[in-house]
Amino acid sequence: HEKVDINQLINNEEKRNLELGGHVGFDSLPDQLVSKSVAQGFCFNILCVGETGIGKSTLMNTLFNTTFENEEASHYEHEVQLRPQTYDLQESNVNLKLTIVHTVGFGDQINKEESYKPILEYIDAQFENYLEEELKIKRSLFNYHDTRIHICLYFIAPTGHSLKSIDLVTMKKLDSKVNIIPVIAKADTVSRSELDKLKIKVMSELVSNGVQIYQFPTEDEAVAEINSSMNTHLPFAVVGSIEDVKVGNKMVKARLYPWGSVQVENENHCDFVKLREMLLRVNMEDLREQTHARHYELYRRCKLEEMGFKDTGPDSQSFSLQETYEAKRKEFLVELQRKEEEMRQMFVNKVKETEAELKEKEKELHERFEQLKRMHQEEKKNLEEKRRELEEEMNAFNRRKVAAETLMGQALQGCSQQPFKKDKDKKK
Amino acid sequence: MSGGETSVSEADGNGGIMGQQKNLEGYVGFANLPNQVYRKSVKRGFEFTLMVVGESGLGKSTLINSLFLTDLYSPEYPGPSHRIKKTVQVEQSKVLVKEGGVHLLLTIVDTPGFGDAVDNSNCWQPVIDYIDSKFEDYLNAESRVNRRQMPDSRVQCCLYFIAPSGHGLKPLDIEFMKRLHEKVNIIPLIAKADTMTPEECQQFKKQIMKEIQEHKIKIYEFPETEDEEEMKMVRKIKDRLPLAVVGSNTIIEVNGKRVRGRQYPWGVAEVENGEHCDFTILRNMLIRTHMQDLKDVTNNVHYENYRSRKLAAVTYNGVDNNKNKGQLTKSPLAQMEEERRDHVAKMKKMEQEMEQVFEMKVKEKLQKLRDSEVELQRRHEQMKKNLEAQHKELEEKRRQHEEEKASWEAQQRILEQQKLDASRTLEKNKKKKIF
Repeated sequence: HEKVDINQLINNEEKRNLELGGHVGFDSLPDQLVSKSVAQGFCFNILCVGETGIGKSTLMNTLFNTTFENEEASHYEHEVQLRPQTYDLQESNVNLKLTIVHTVGFGDQINKEESYKPILEYIDAQFENYLEEELKIKRSLFNYHDTRIHICLYFIAPTGHSLKSIDLVTMKKLDSKVNIIPVIAKADTVSRSELDKLKIKVMSELVSNGVQIYQFPTEDEAVAEINSSMNTHLPFAVVGSIEDVKVGNKMVKARLYPWGSVQVENENHCDFVKLREMLLRVNMEDLREQTHARHYELYRRCKLEEMGFKDTGPDSQSFSLQETYEAKRKEFLVELQRKEEEMRQMFVNKVKETEAELKEKEKELHERFEQLKRMHQEEKKNLEEKRRELEEEMNAFNRRKVAAETLMGQALQGCSQQPFKKDKDKKK
Repeated sequence: MSGGETSVSEADGNGGIMGQQKNLEGYVGFANLPNQVYRKSVKRGFEFTLMVVGESGLGKSTLINSLFLTDLYSPEYPGPSHRIKKTVQVEQSKVLVKEGGVHLLLTIVDTPGFGDAVDNSNCWQPVIDYIDSKFEDYLNAESRVNRRQMPDSRVQCCLYFIAPSGHGLKPLDIEFMKRLHEKVNIIPLIAKADTMTPEECQQFKKQIMKEIQEHKIKIYEFPETEDEEEMKMVRKIKDRLPLAVVGSNTIIEVNGKRVRGRQYPWGVAEVENGEHCDFTILRNMLIRTHMQDLKDVTNNVHYENYRSRKLAAVTYNGVDNNKNKGQLTKSPLAQMEEERRDHVAKMKKMEQEMEQVFEMKVKEKLQKLRDSEVELQRRHEQMKKNLEAQHKELEEKRRQHEEEKASWEAQQRILEQQKLDASRTLEKNKKKKIF
């Protein structure tokens, strides 16, 4: 439900200012609104980004005065993973559904180029879920469990004199998607002067790289002063501890060193109290509002534009929702049909091609066999000729034989006749 | 904020609760969240759109002026009954009022001409159209890609004035409420309650509620609360529905007090006297306790109904609506996505089928080709064999012939030689004989 500043509206509308003749009672409207919100309960989602072991879980425990169950992370995660955990907290009469998301394995990989991606994807996924719900036909936004990240606490390592490049890269990628508050972790391992130098260096690097971190708002007079003062203390140098140590005659949360105890809630020792004030007591509602009105709207706008939605048509006439959906739908159906046609056409072509190929093959086959047939014919002819030859030879031979035998027959006759001839001659 | 009790219980991912509650001492700070919400809401300011419907002369303008203790309607801005129109109009006027630092932009929508004609058929239509158009505006604003702050001009409450006939609802009353109860929060009021005695009023109210139930009209219902006190108040109000009201623009002195009332010869009917009428109950309920709820119900129920009906019609344009009734929980975009996915699957199947048919046909053809190739090959082999056999035969024949010829020729040669020898011997003998 979009919230409107009617003071802006009023300047555009024709309205009358009327004086009231007594107590009407609508000054209870804020109370009505508040009691409804309290009855519904609130949602708040914190994303903690930082190296393994930098103190994210401890800080959360300290911030909310409790021990959230959390496995200790190893350094050997393949890639950065996000683990959300949801808790129902109550303070006074206020019910808070708190979700804490830790980046597990951040900064542990050798190649950290893709480290920011799972974080970005997670943030976008929550926006996407909300957008989906918002676009449903039957939707229930008023009891939707809002998982969009309201604040990203970016943990800067206290070692070193400036931001690491992964810090800059990550924050630059996230600053248009989520409210970022940078904190210097384990601030008790840095001396005061080093801390001051580090703070200045960090802020100047953020500015020179154009990283937009969350600014505590200064429009509301009630909190303008404290907020603008706090803006100058960023990044907050924090120490976390849930161990109670006796200091003086009180039990306070502290870290006990041989040389003294670092008291978490002592503003001279660290900025923990500032962080708690800003994050929970003063600006929680603004963080939620910024997430919804700015970051989510940006995501939504980009997503819808990506899908081809526009607010105005080609003649810059405003589209009504119905027209937009109908246009989209028509486009969509046309596209589907086109794809179908394409595929059919492709098949027709394929069939034609293959038919041609097969015809070729058939032709080849026939030619081959025609050739063989011709060969056969030739061979047959040869054979026939040879046969004829042989026959002729055999005939010739037979004739010779016959002739020779006839001769021999005659000769034999002659021989037997010859003696007769002699006798014949003698007798004469 | 001093350290209050803080308790923690672990919830599973779906928002359920598991684990124990731990009560811890110590200050966290989010208990201040309601104050933050309070401050921001005051800074933003509030708006409310109230519609008043009823025949002319029922005291609508007077009541509004009494409710808001201001001259919303005045000689310069006359009430609906003084703006007689030929047909029912729906008109609005916006006023800005401030109280206790809270700014309220109040839009009063009235319907001059309603119920005043001789033939009042469809006189509710302009009202329906107005309400729908405000929903439409909000829907379009909400659906834009670039959303700026969306002014909310949706009608959040409709005060329906019933003439104090004492007998029951008129057909027009029933018709109007039946047609609008699912579009707007209807609060029926008995106008000019000072024309009835308490007993008559009581009877009248009972009759009206009976008829409302008979016709299944859904008037605005007070939400259930867990708070005992509040529930008691709510039940008290429910017993007195519909509220019987009296309004007045004049202040009269009664027993030293200055009160709003109507002066009669027989006394003063005080607007804010609970024994005289239900005005105070109305004001408390409408403005002081349930204004936010009226807005919420408009937003979460009436508007959502309008929206889902509108979107369902748009999305399923041209498609059988009944088929898709069960899918109303999806967004139209998700619907399109699903359709696209279905289409891709369908196309894949189609593609597969076509491929299969194609492959099969190709296989068939290839098989045929192969078969004929094999057949032709076989025949070729056979012919070849045949020829070879004939060749062999011929070879054999020739060999035989050659052999025969060779042996015969050899024989001939021997014979020849013999002959030769014989003739030589003969010659020799002949020669011998001669001697």
